[in-house]
Amino acid sequence: MELITKKTHIDFIRWRKLAFSFSIGLILLSLISLGVQGLNYGIDFSGGTLVQLRFPGPAPVGEIRKALSDLDLGDVVIQEFGRPEEILVRVERQEGQEASSNQAQLAQRIVASLNGLAGEEGVELRRVEFVGPQVGEELTTKGIMAVLYSMIVILAYVAWRFELRFAYGAVLALIHDLAITVGFFSLLQKEFTLVVVAALLTVIGYSLNDTIVVYDRIREEMKRLKKEPMTLIINEAVNRVLARTLVTSLTTILVLVALILFGGEVIHDFALTLFLGVLVGTYSSIFVASPMVLLMDRKGR
Amino acid sequence: MRQLPLWKPLLILGIALTSLFYALPSLLGGVDEEWPSWLPNQVILRGLDLQGGLYLLLHVETDKAVEQTAENLVDEVLGVLREKRLRHLGVKRAGISAVEMRLSKGSDPEEVRKVLRDEFPDLLLEDMAEGAGIRLAITPDKQKEIKGFAVEQSIQTIRSRIDQFGVSEPTIQKQGQERILIQLPGLQDPARAKALIGRTARLEFKMVDEKGDLATALDGRVPPGDVVLYGDQQARDGSTYQQPYLLKKRTVLTGAYLSDARVNFSAQYNEPQVLVSFNRQGARKFAQITANHVNERMAIVLDGRVYSAPVIQERIDGGRASITGRFTTDDAHDLAIVLRAGALPAPVKILEERTVGPTLGRDSVEQGLASILIGGALVLVFMALYYRGFGLLANIAVLLNILILMAALTFLQATLTLPGIAGAVLLLGMAVDANVLIFERIREELHLGKTPLAAIDHGYSKAFSTIMDANITTLITAVVLYQFGTGPVRGFAVTLSIGLVASMFTAIFVTRVVLALAMRNRPFAKLSI
Repeated sequence: MELITKKTHIDFIRWRKLAFSFSIGLILLSLISLGVQGLNYGIDFSGGTLVQLRFPGPAPVGEIRKALSDLDLGDVVIQEFGRPEEILVRVERQEGQEASSNQAQLAQRIVASLNGLAGEEGVELRRVEFVGPQVGEELTTKGIMAVLYSMIVILAYVAWRFELRFAYGAVLALIHDLAITVGFFSLLQKEFTLVVVAALLTVIGYSLNDTIVVYDRIREEMKRLKKEPMTLIINEAVNRVLARTLVTSLTTILVLVALILFGGEVIHDFALTLFLGVLVGTYSSIFVASPMVLLMDRKGR
Repeated sequence: MRQLPLWKPLLILGIALTSLFYALPSLLGGVDEEWPSWLPNQVILRGLDLQGGLYLLLHVETDKAVEQTAENLVDEVLGVLREKRLRHLGVKRAGISAVEMRLSKGSDPEEVRKVLRDEFPDLLLEDMAEGAGIRLAITPDKQKEIKGFAVEQSIQTIRSRIDQFGVSEPTIQKQGQERILIQLPGLQDPARAKALIGRTARLEFKMVDEKGDLATALDGRVPPGDVVLYGDQQARDGSTYQQPYLLKKRTVLTGAYLSDARVNFSAQYNEPQVLVSFNRQGARKFAQITANHVNERMAIVLDGRVYSAPVIQERIDGGRASITGRFTTDDAHDLAIVLRAGALPAPVKILEERTVGPTLGRDSVEQGLASILIGGALVLVFMALYYRGFGLLANIAVLLNILILMAALTFLQATLTLPGIAGAVLLLGMAVDANVLIFERIREELHLGKTPLAAIDHGYSKAFSTIMDANITTLITAVVLYQFGTGPVRGFAVTLSIGLVASMFTAIFVTRVVLALAMRNRPFAKLSI
C-alpha cells in the first residue's frame, strides 16, 4: 500500500505566497487574541489553589458555588472536569497578610464546606495544587527561558550542520508554530499550565524533526541538481520526502488521538497541544521552513 | 550485508534478554513473595501523579532563626551585665540581628565594652549615635552560618518526623539556599502529613503574670516584659472561644530540654493527652521553677498558642509534665511526634504544594496504559498494512524499543510520570519515523530500478544522516526540558531521551541485522515493501 503511488510533482513553492498570507493571518489572529484576552494562565504561573473533587453523584454546581461564595475567597472558578461527578475548583491568589499559609490550608476549608453537599459519603479529594506567587513567577521565567534556550541551541546546531540560512528558516518555522499553538490556547481560553509548556517544547522538537528531514533532502538535491534553480531543488526535495512526512504525521496523530480519547482528563490538554502542534509543525516544515530557505537564498546572493 | 558478523545478532539478543530481565517485574505489574530472588524485583518508579502522594516545596524563614539568636542574646547580655554588676538602662533586640543597650550615667562605657568584647568575641561591637549606648551585632558571616544551619536542622527534624509518621520512600532535599523539597509517594492522608511537617513545634513554658491586669493589657497597655497570648477554650455550651492570657515574656523552659513525648489517656476523663519527659538538666530546671512559683499558673505554649495554664500545686520532681487540650487521638499522636523530633529552628512556609489522591493516581495509570495500548496497536497495524513485510520488521523494532525503555526506566529508577506516559505514546509515533525514512528511501531506490540488495544498502546509508540530525535536535529539546523542568516535566524529558536513543538503535541497527538474518540463505528476489 502506498499513500502516494506516483512520484509527485506538486509545485509547493508556487503556493508560498498563499501559504505565507495564511500563516501571517493565523499569527495575527494569535497576536490579537493574546493582546485582547491574553492567556488563561493556570495556577502554575499565576499562583493560587486548584482542588479537584469527586462527588458520589453528579456534582451540584449551583450549590457548590453558593457554599464557596460564603468562604469569601475572591475569584473562584468552578468547572466540571471530564465527568459530571468530578469538579475542579480554582481559587485565585489570596492577597494580604498570612496569605500564603491560609492558602495552603484552603483545600481543607473547601472540602469541609462542601462535604455537607455530598451526603453521607462526603466528597473525595482527588487532587490539590497550590502554587505560591513567588514560585509562580519563577516557573514563568523558567518556562520562557526553556523555550528561548532551546531555540538558541537549535539555531546553533542547524547553522553548524547545515548553513546559516537554513538555521534562520528553522527557527522562524518554530516561532511560527509556537505563535499559532499559543494563540490557539489564548483564543479558546484553555488553561495554560506547566504541562502545556512541556507540550510546546515537544512540539518544537517534533516540528524541528520534520523540518530537518526536509532540509536534509534539500541539501542532498542541491548537490545532485547543482545547475538547477533553487525553486526547483526545493520543490523536488519536498516532493521526495512528502510520503515520509505524511506517514510519520499519521502514525503520530494516531497515537495522539488515542491519548485524547482514552488518556483521561488530566492529560487532555497536553495531548491536544501536541495534536495541534503536529499538524502545524508538519504544515510549517513544508510551507514555511522550505520557502524561507529560498527567501534567505535570494537575499544572500 | 552478505557477511553478517556473529557479534551483531548476539549483541541484539543480549540487549533484548537483558531488557526483558529488568522489565519483567514491571511487565507483570509487580512481584509477590514467591518471586525468585535471583530475578530483579524493582519495578518502574511511578511519579506522585501516578501513585498519589504529596509534593511540597518549603521556604525556611531563616531570618527568624537569626532573630531568635538575637533574642537569646538579649538574655545572655543581661546575664553577663548582672554577673559583672554593670549598671544599665535596659537591653533590647534591635532589628533582626542586633542587640542594643542603654548605659546608665554611673557606668563606664569603656569597662562595659571590654566585658562585652571578652564575653562575645565573635560579635560586632559598635557605639550608637551620640553615645546613647552600645550595639552588639551578629556578623554577616555568622548570620549566614545560622541560616545554613537552620535549613540543615529543619531537614533533619522534618526527616525524623516523617520517619516516625511512617512513609515508605520519602525524598527530602535541600533546594537552593533556603528551600526544602519533600516528596512523599503513596501517602493516604496528605493533609495530616502536611500539618505534621509544617508545624514549628516550639514548646515554651511561661509564667502567667498574676499581678498584671489583663483588661488594661487587652486595651493595648501591656506591662513591660509581658505578652498577651491566646488559647482555645471551651464554653459551657460546647462552642470554643479565644481565651487571652497575660504572660511573662521570658520563657522559663523550652522543648529543647525534652527527652521524650508519649500519648496517654488522662485518668479523669480518659481523654488523650501528651506526656512529656524532660532530660536531667530539664528536670532539674523544672523542679526549681515549680518550687519557686507554687500557687502560680504556668502556661504551656506551643507555637505561640496557649494549650493550658495549670496552677502549680507543689514542686514537681521527676521531670514530667502533661499537655492537655481537647485532642483527638491522632492529634495527640502527631503532637507527640513533633515534640520528640524537636522544634524547627525557624518557621517554614509552603511555597508550592501538589497532592494527588490515590484514586486519581490509579485512574491515571489505567487511562495512560489504555491509551498506550490502543495507540500502539493502531500504529503496529498501520505499519503492517502499509509496509507489509518491512512493516512487521519495523514493528519488531518498536516492540523492542518499548522493552528497552521499560528496562532503562527500571534500571535507572527514573520516575515515570503522567506526561512521561504521554511522552512514551508520542515516541511510539516518532519511533517508527526512522523506519519510515529508511523504507521510503528503499522504495525510491526500487523505483529507480535498483536490485533489492542495493536498494536496501542505499536506503539505510542515505537515511542515516537524516535520522541522526532529526533525533539529535529532538534530544536537544529534551535536555533543555530536563534542565528547566520540575517534577513531571523532568520525567517526561527522561522518557523522551531514553526513547530517542533506543529508537535510533532499534530502527537503524536492529532492523538491518534482522533483515540480514532473513536474507542469509536466500536473498529476496522481490521486497515486501
